[in-house]
Amino acid sequence: MEKSRKLLAAPYLIWMIAFTVIPLLMIVYYGLIDRNGSFTWENVMAMVRPEHLGALFLSLQLSVVCTIVCLLLSYPLAMILRGKGVNQSSFIVFIFILPMWMNFLLRTYAWLNLLDDGGIIHTICERFGLPTVSLIGTNAAIILGMVYNFLPFMVLPLYNALMKIDENIINAAKDLGANNIQVFFRIILPLSFPGIVSGITMVFVPSLTTFVVSDLLGARKIMLIGNIIEQEFSTADNWYLGSGLSLVLMIFILISMAMLNHYDKNGEGTSF
Amino acid sequence: MKRCIAVGTILLGITVVLAGCNGGSGSPFAAEEQNQTEEQAQQVNYPNGVVKVFNWGEYIDESLIQQFEDEYGIQVIYDTFTTNEEMYPKIAANPSLYDVICPSDYMIEKMIENNLVQEIDWDQIPNIKNMDETCMRRVEDFDPGNKYTVPYTWGTVGILYNTKMVTTPIDSWSVLWDETYENNIIMQDSVRDAFMVALKLLGYSCNSTNENELHEAMELLKEQKPLVKAYAIDEVRDKMINNAAALGVIYSGEYLYCHEENEDLAYAVPKEGSNLWFDGWVITSEAKSVENAHKWLDFLCTADAAYANFEYITYATPNDAAKEMIDPEYLNDPGVFATEERMDKCEIYKYLGSEMEDTYYELWKQVKAPEVSIFGWKPFGEKE
Amino acid sequence: MKKIASQIYMTLIFIFLYAPIVTLIVFSFNQGKGGQWRGFSLEWYQELFASELIMNALWNTLIIAIISALVSTIIGTISCIGLNSLGGKAKSIYLSLNNIPMLNSELVTGLSLMLVFIAFGIGFGYPTILIAHITFCIPYVILSVMPRLKQTDRSTYEAAVDLGAAPVYAFFKVVFPELMPGILSGFLLAFTMSLDDFIITYFTRGPGINTLSTLIYSEVRKGIKPSMNALSTIMFVSVLILLILSNRKKKEGIE
Repeated sequence: MEKSRKLLAAPYLIWMIAFTVIPLLMIVYYGLIDRNGSFTWENVMAMVRPEHLGALFLSLQLSVVCTIVCLLLSYPLAMILRGKGVNQSSFIVFIFILPMWMNFLLRTYAWLNLLDDGGIIHTICERFGLPTVSLIGTNAAIILGMVYNFLPFMVLPLYNALMKIDENIINAAKDLGANNIQVFFRIILPLSFPGIVSGITMVFVPSLTTFVVSDLLGARKIMLIGNIIEQEFSTADNWYLGSGLSLVLMIFILISMAMLNHYDKNGEGTSF
Repeated sequence: MKRCIAVGTILLGITVVLAGCNGGSGSPFAAEEQNQTEEQAQQVNYPNGVVKVFNWGEYIDESLIQQFEDEYGIQVIYDTFTTNEEMYPKIAANPSLYDVICPSDYMIEKMIENNLVQEIDWDQIPNIKNMDETCMRRVEDFDPGNKYTVPYTWGTVGILYNTKMVTTPIDSWSVLWDETYENNIIMQDSVRDAFMVALKLLGYSCNSTNENELHEAMELLKEQKPLVKAYAIDEVRDKMINNAAALGVIYSGEYLYCHEENEDLAYAVPKEGSNLWFDGWVITSEAKSVENAHKWLDFLCTADAAYANFEYITYATPNDAAKEMIDPEYLNDPGVFATEERMDKCEIYKYLGSEMEDTYYELWKQVKAPEVSIFGWKPFGEKE
Repeated sequence: MKKIASQIYMTLIFIFLYAPIVTLIVFSFNQGKGGQWRGFSLEWYQELFASELIMNALWNTLIIAIISALVSTIIGTISCIGLNSLGGKAKSIYLSLNNIPMLNSELVTGLSLMLVFIAFGIGFGYPTILIAHITFCIPYVILSVMPRLKQTDRSTYEAAVDLGAAPVYAFFKVVFPELMPGILSGFLLAFTMSLDDFIITYFTRGPGINTLSTLIYSEVRKGIKPSMNALSTIMFVSVLILLILSNRKKKEGIE
């Protein structure tokens, strides 16, 4: 009985090997050969060329800032949601999923309408005689776009982790004389840690590798590492270099995955 | 629990409602039986099979597709690309992906060289007689003997400028390096066009393969970067129409459309010379429906189709029969139909070989990529 | 005081999330293209329903989302049950594998799948998009079903079997109803993810097959036609209305 049950896990295992593991090995393969098919480290080492390194560093910085902003925005929000009744907050959580029904590209493109010269915010500022700034094509616009798109990925795990904290523990701490600050730092924060880690991973990785947000809001003046890799594949027709750079990028992804596995063993935070 | 069910039902409900809006189109996922009936239905609608077309975005009057389908009984599977460079890898990886494609001159040359296109059977395209002789002659520049290409549009690259926002006469590429227009310049985001501007300004050929010249051009483009508001391909026109910038590097074909939307916009081809380009249709080497591809090409060469396209996309047409229908005001506007004299000043791009192509791309990446910097600190120092 | 502060905070976040959406909706009623308001019109709604391109893309998007959500829900749920009887080490390896598509960047996932399809000569088309979507949807299903499965009480199932129920019957009678909320929310998530995906579809689609995302991306360069806004408005508003209705119904039920 138990044995036949275990077999139920087999089909997906095969699926994962075929469509997750083998594809990743393909990237490794292409990343380590040149156009003639012989082995080379060149594609991987290309990451230290100034133009690639510049893009990588910029991506890292923008995604770190974006992750921090998301965390700072989401934590109070998740706390507030926790304070609401379950019934009401499930509705509020849905509000975070609802924007996804507007296409991701359209939503980001809408920021262009809002922020561009001659855009809505620009016009309003002008009408009230306020100074106008053109955000499009700046790092700030890209961070804004990233935060906007990836905020739900931070809010939801945080909210989940916070909801799991037993009210009794908090009450017990208060009964024992802890003040609000102590409760927060010694009970709530440590207990929500898995949620924080998975939120960070789920925001950091997509913002590190995005090429769409920078394409739309960066006026294509700002090349992130995602843009470079995408263009190696789509326009430069150099899969080898593209794969090699992806390999380097995967190191960062692996680090964040290892972090997640370490702190969030049961995948609690990630469950939406 | 209840909530979940409710939400699930909602989603399914919407899906059904929205999907209902679209009863007609065939879905490949329908049950086997349904699939067959749909196939039969398709055979009734399109007895002569399909033709797979790969074209630039917004580069055809879409009603022509419908018209072709109705007239010829051939279903058109239509897809678009934004740059020649984006189109090429797809075809190189799988030449049977599309039947007919509309690349530009140098890309056609590259495809001929790599055996990705096949010779056209001119007997199947009687309407080619409508084509301008001089145009066919110029096409031989990249397609010797007129074997592969059915010309579609042609034009120059130049500067679109807003007469209300510029003060100096626009006659040189150097205006794109003028600091008074900081954050008011839109530069082309395609490798060859961007380098053409810099190379021409430096007095070199836009087909230069001299590393020193290319490096000079790269440095020049880097110098320009702080002044540039955006790099763009097709967005140029919308931004210019919205008065978002004073100067934009653009294809002559867009000028008419822009001018009609915003009459302050004018077009100039700088005195240093520019690029003369041709976009033309080719049939891929492993096209699955060669006959239908010819029919498509013949259809596009009819005077009516070419005229409809001119009206819609406003790019100059090489179709003499269509020109007879076009308002002489447009025909005589050198911005739309460049004069012979202007054409002679311009150069057609050549395919420079895959190594040179990599060099161009590598240098362009150096222009576009950000400097190495960690929150403002530059470990490799300021670039000169 | 605290309450007011939290209300204000929520409102600000709400504005941040919905400002672009409101813009989209407003501009779907604009006359003509571009960022300036030129007066009210329904022309884009007319154009929307006339555009075969958009309608096809919509159909593709929905059908791909439904199929990939369904398939991944089935595979995901079955694997969860199997997984539950696996031992510690095997289980944790399995789960880490499962995490890869979710944590890995979409760019790398999309590219790697593209390389595999090319290497094994799988022609790009609906099947490749579906495979890709199912691959990144299953992890979400597993993550929603697993916690539920852990909560279910094994003894009820065993009691049913002891009382003579066939294991399959016992499963559907006892365990399945308890899993249902997890399964549904997994389906919902998978559906939403598939619907909203651009990057992976971009790399795995075939000629002439557009989803809304890829169609929009191809239009970005030329300026997106507001008929796209019109379509999104319709989709958004229908979800919203149904949501409000269901919420009201639920409230009535409680009262």
